[in-house]
Amino acid sequence: MAEMEILIQQCVNALSLGGTYALLALGLAVVFSVLGMINFAHGEILTIAGYTVFFAIVGNVPPILIVPLALLVAMATAALMERIAFRPLRGANGTTLLITSFAVSGILQMLFQNLISTRPRPVPISASLTGAFNVGPFHIGVIQSLSIFATFAMVGLLTLFLKRTMLGIAIRAAAVDFPTTRLMGLRANRVILAAFAISGLLAGVSGLLWIAQRGSVDPLMGFLPVLKAFIAAILGGIGNLTGAVIGGFFLGAIEIGLQAVLPESVQPFRDAIALSLVVLVLLYRPQGLFGAAHSVRP
Amino acid sequence: MPLLEVESLAVNYGPIKAVLNVGLTVESGEIVTVLGANGAGKSTSLQAIVGLLPIQQGRVRFDGHDITGESTERIVRRGLTLTPEGRRIFAPLTVEENLRIGAATQGKGGDIAALWDQMMELFPILASRRKQLAGTLSGGEQQQLAIARSLMSKPKLLLLDEPSLGLAPIVVELIFDLIKRLRGLGITILVVEQNVHQALDIADRGYVVSGGSVVLSGTAAELKTSPDVQKAYMGHG
Repeated sequence: MAEMEILIQQCVNALSLGGTYALLALGLAVVFSVLGMINFAHGEILTIAGYTVFFAIVGNVPPILIVPLALLVAMATAALMERIAFRPLRGANGTTLLITSFAVSGILQMLFQNLISTRPRPVPISASLTGAFNVGPFHIGVIQSLSIFATFAMVGLLTLFLKRTMLGIAIRAAAVDFPTTRLMGLRANRVILAAFAISGLLAGVSGLLWIAQRGSVDPLMGFLPVLKAFIAAILGGIGNLTGAVIGGFFLGAIEIGLQAVLPESVQPFRDAIALSLVVLVLLYRPQGLFGAAHSVRP
Repeated sequence: MPLLEVESLAVNYGPIKAVLNVGLTVESGEIVTVLGANGAGKSTSLQAIVGLLPIQQGRVRFDGHDITGESTERIVRRGLTLTPEGRRIFAPLTVEENLRIGAATQGKGGDIAALWDQMMELFPILASRRKQLAGTLSGGEQQQLAIARSLMSKPKLLLLDEPSLGLAPIVVELIFDLIKRLRGLGITILVVEQNVHQALDIADRGYVVSGGSVVLSGTAAELKTSPDVQKAYMGHG
């Protein structure tokens, strides 16, 4: 029974970590599918969502408003990035956009360090989130469950949006063939802005889940998760939305799996082993698990 | 006043000066064809007219407005659109989604239902393929979908770039029949073709483009009997 409980526990952990990666990877993939660029400043959106929560708590914003506020700020940040940094470079090649996104990331990290603090800021998490509940004989963490639920809810909502609304269909069309999407009379800027806003929303949700687990926010906290999400997106097939989600869960499963099975002395090499496994997968499937999206870009 | 007036158009395609001097007019209600060999600058001209490629020199006037340098989305909203070469349907989207996005300019009005019915009447094959992914259609069906998708924006003038390219003769027949029927619906047509015989059969007038410039123009009947056209494109002579 004890083994069973550990197994269930690890599965919940894997789904929860994988879900956070999946949401971030999905955000990267939505923008990549439309613009052909990886936005490495994606992690700073996550950080901004975290700081929004920190300042909202400090400023006594009613708790019920904190989550919507953080998500709104995350979306606005992504939209502003597009408007200020990327729109002037429309039509530039992927490398230029990639380097620009590094610059945006660096500038934001510097601003956090100079305007807020280089030290982590505590985000007090309410006790109701840090606890666990029992399902039969199993203890399930509240935050973990929340992560899993949020991941599936966001993936579900995004799927509905992409299938049912004109803007959603337009984003999918733009991912296939941008110039032809413009021939439909769709405004390129609106489609791209919408893609960024969605990626911001996804980064915001993963940001909230991330800080709920850490209990603090610091200027550089966005880097690692976005790197993992990038790996997940590549693993799934870059620009492929389904692939990004599966890639996220896959990476989460590898990491948690290794954590569970590796002996104590090998644990420091966990990330190296996880990444080696990713390299192995890519050696056999260079296009990723689900194949990269091919498309005609703006 | 012509519906479309293109004046000494020059367009680069990447580093290549693909179009040097193209001038043409299309009157409302006409079918006009643009003929020419591969690489003559026909497709490049069409793409520049709808704003997908920047215009280096010259003017484009449509429906009384100077549209030179306007964005594609704005031009499409004015009632001028292009069914691009190679169809360019959205393969991973369903037939229905392809058509729905074609109507993106139509707003929330009730017109879309009427447009939809009209398309199903014009293209009965699409009605039975509604939920199918566009990429799984045959070439002829994809071409019909591409034209239907363009029609969903209710164009006054439809530019067709090589609609018969790569299609079986019987399907080519069907596409040309369709173009004639579109005129009956009040849509003016400018069609670029390599299928010279059939293009001149349905067109009122035509232009011949060579090396990036218009070298010949006239009524369809004049072009059919022109020794230059016969020699270059019809294998006579």
